[in-house]
Amino acid sequence: MLQTTAGAIPTIIDALPPRPQVSVAKMPDPKQKSVQLQDLFFRALTRCFAFLVLAILLGIIVSLVYGSLPAIERFGFGFLVSSEWNPVTEKFGALVPIVGTLVTSFIALLIGVPVSFGIALFLTELSPPWLKRPLGTAIELLAAIPSIIYGMWGLFVLAPLFADHVQPWLISTLGMAPVIGALFKGPPQGIGVLTAGFVLAIMVIPFIASVMRDVFDVVPPVLKESAYAIGCTTWEVVRNIVLPYTKVGVIGGIMLGLGRALGETMAVTFLIGNAHQLNASILAPGNSIASALANEFTEAVGDLYTSALIELGLILFVITFIVLALAKLLLLQLAKGEGRTT
Amino acid sequence: MSTNLDIFAIRPEVAPKAEARTPTKIAVRHLDFYYGRFQALKDINLEIAERRVTAFIGPSGCGKSTLLRTLNRMYSLYPGHRAVGEIVFNGHNILDAGVDLNTLRAKIGMVFQKPTPFPMSIYDNIAFGVRLYESLSPREMDERVEWALTKAAMWDEARTKLKQSGMALSGGQQQRLCIARAVAVKPEVLLLDEPTSALDPISTAKIEELISELKSEYTIAIVTHNMQQAARVSDYTAYMYLGELIEFAATDELFLKPRRKETEDYITGRFG
Amino acid sequence: MRSLYSRRLFVNRFNLFMSLLTMAFGLAFLFWILFTLFAAGFNAFSADLFTQMTPPPGSKGGLLNAIVGSLLMAAMGTAIGTPIGILAGIYLGEYGSRGWLAPCTRFINDILLSAPSIIIGLFIYEIYVFRVGHFSAWAGALALALIVIPVVVRTTENMLRLVPDSLREAAVALGTPQWKVIVKVTLRSVRAGVITGVLLAVARISGETAPLLFTSLNNQFWTTDLNAPMANLPVVIFQFAMSPYKDWQELAWAGALLITLAVLVLNVMARVLFRQTATK
Repeated sequence: MLQTTAGAIPTIIDALPPRPQVSVAKMPDPKQKSVQLQDLFFRALTRCFAFLVLAILLGIIVSLVYGSLPAIERFGFGFLVSSEWNPVTEKFGALVPIVGTLVTSFIALLIGVPVSFGIALFLTELSPPWLKRPLGTAIELLAAIPSIIYGMWGLFVLAPLFADHVQPWLISTLGMAPVIGALFKGPPQGIGVLTAGFVLAIMVIPFIASVMRDVFDVVPPVLKESAYAIGCTTWEVVRNIVLPYTKVGVIGGIMLGLGRALGETMAVTFLIGNAHQLNASILAPGNSIASALANEFTEAVGDLYTSALIELGLILFVITFIVLALAKLLLLQLAKGEGRTT
Repeated sequence: MSTNLDIFAIRPEVAPKAEARTPTKIAVRHLDFYYGRFQALKDINLEIAERRVTAFIGPSGCGKSTLLRTLNRMYSLYPGHRAVGEIVFNGHNILDAGVDLNTLRAKIGMVFQKPTPFPMSIYDNIAFGVRLYESLSPREMDERVEWALTKAAMWDEARTKLKQSGMALSGGQQQRLCIARAVAVKPEVLLLDEPTSALDPISTAKIEELISELKSEYTIAIVTHNMQQAARVSDYTAYMYLGELIEFAATDELFLKPRRKETEDYITGRFG
Repeated sequence: MRSLYSRRLFVNRFNLFMSLLTMAFGLAFLFWILFTLFAAGFNAFSADLFTQMTPPPGSKGGLLNAIVGSLLMAAMGTAIGTPIGILAGIYLGEYGSRGWLAPCTRFINDILLSAPSIIIGLFIYEIYVFRVGHFSAWAGALALALIVIPVVVRTTENMLRLVPDSLREAAVALGTPQWKVIVKVTLRSVRAGVITGVLLAVARISGETAPLLFTSLNNQFWTTDLNAPMANLPVVIFQFAMSPYKDWQELAWAGALLITLAVLVLNVMARVLFRQTATK
């Protein structure tokens, strides 16, 4: 071993073999450029397809507007408030389908929101841990069932049940009450606005319930514990702490459910009765925009008839777009706020 | 080996009088605690003295928070968490199955490590708890809110902001709000789970001062990972390690003349 | 104070009980619907389903042309929609951190995901069916593709986001070009997740009726002409169920059962596949 003394150092370094010259060969230019081109091309390709998604939306709006032009020119704003629908005289008005869409969706939310809330509450606070997963999956299964199945089940199973038992009961009880009695008049046919709304409720429950459950789950446990620590009951914790804390998410989930309910076609078509008449009673048949389209579009003769139907589609699209956009904005805001400290 | 124990400057008023035997508020007897199969507390025996501050100290994972959370049955929220033994409070064993948890928690309050103002106004944060137990007129409620905030040394800062959201306060203020909220329902015992570990030194000092004032009316148990805080603030200290109670004594005794070597090792910083 | 307290306890118990009831409500309807479907569907099951064509009213038959039509259009729709969806999803997941296009596309995509499918059908009608002048399987496939795209975009993006940066960096450190990193490393590492997304999309389009109403329409007979209207299960079910003929209604139930079985199987496959990758 060489001894390291101050004076010997230069000697040692001199004694080391000379360091070999490492020549860093430059990457050949064409290959580097080709790689760059490949990357640019790929990026441009994916960008194109992202644009395509935007283009689809734009295309939908443009084509719907274009297709509705004849009807818009003919009927103008009166289209929205007229309840006439006569293919023979070619007088069309959107009021009945719009009202039907809104009323069935409203009924769906009226029934669906409390039930979804109860289910979310059960899944997050009451259910034993081993049951949470299977129950959650079961509720999600409700969302997987195609809507035409709901339509058939509604038509063949629920509607007769409603006609024979539920509706007569409603007529004889709520139908006698002042003011709201008018909602429950008429023959118990089974199919109608109420039945359609009821089945719609079952269809939107899984959507609203899973959003609610997801937002309930991210409430910080320490916040709930501090409410328990002053002696709150479980319900008090949920009502006073969990709900206010999650209210943005809850509203977003409800609007998502609303968006679905507004656009639902097959289940409503089976059950709403396809009647172009306005009726105060929800036991009566009616029409929704989606069901009118489903029932009549392929049979529509004449440009104006078709155009009126397309304008209905445009109206539906605009309504659902606004609702879904609002829901999305609310849920985005919630995601941003997740980072905030209490 | 010399130990510099001057760093544990103990304020004279904190040291309990040797002659008076202070009555016990909560007696813990042969307490075992399990998270599922894992035993987190092993045969804990100690007595929490009335109107005194008892501190639980020890390294991470020693079970001090677990012990604190048995005192108000907070663990009952979670399936699989189980306590065996006796915790006697006001003559009853609170581990019994028939105990009414809501009333228990009204009498034994808790403040958590992270400040947790409820999503409501400052006024409502305090009124919320009170409304659970008493029907007060608006005037009486106003008085109670003022009283609670004063007790928490927050009245002057909060009086103009009563309608503002509780979350609009600084961290230290939020924590004092939580203390006010706990105090407003007039408990007998206050459990503080590392109340200042998320706060800056100035807020910490304010809260420690608060604790000294509160103990004249309430029995306090505090968990802290900061030994110096325990020395500053408490009358009795329990040193825990790996789920066992290693030593429990008056604070100055524990810090100046620890009887067990493990205790001495911990407080002199030989491990931690 | 005693009465206030007991009222609180009562309210608590009552509301928790109601919560239990709602859970039972949801489960009850799930089982009721599935039970009805299986009972009525199996009742109408027979070998004929898979060997006979859809019959004229009042006679017996099968669903062969509808089944084949559905399979064909689903395959076509998936084949068209999946690459588009994956590529757009790659853009969102890998290139999407700067600029306006990615947040915008994400937003629009989520809206399209929940948009009424009948509008999709209407759209394809306007830009395709109307122009060519007739209904066709191509139109149906296009409509289905438009439903596949948002689902695949979303799952692809979510899967790509799960990939840790360290994996990407390791590939880049070797000198791999960016596009190869994405295609051969990142995407490949979440291959199963993306396939799960595709399976879910297929499950979704299996049950869709509305988009096919104005695009592929229906066909009573057997055809493999993609330029002609093609039979498909959902529209056949729609037509048969709403009719007053018993034979047709039975076939409708059988068809409904077939669709539901397909959807359930696809969903289960997707879950199993996803769980397998999660445990890797």
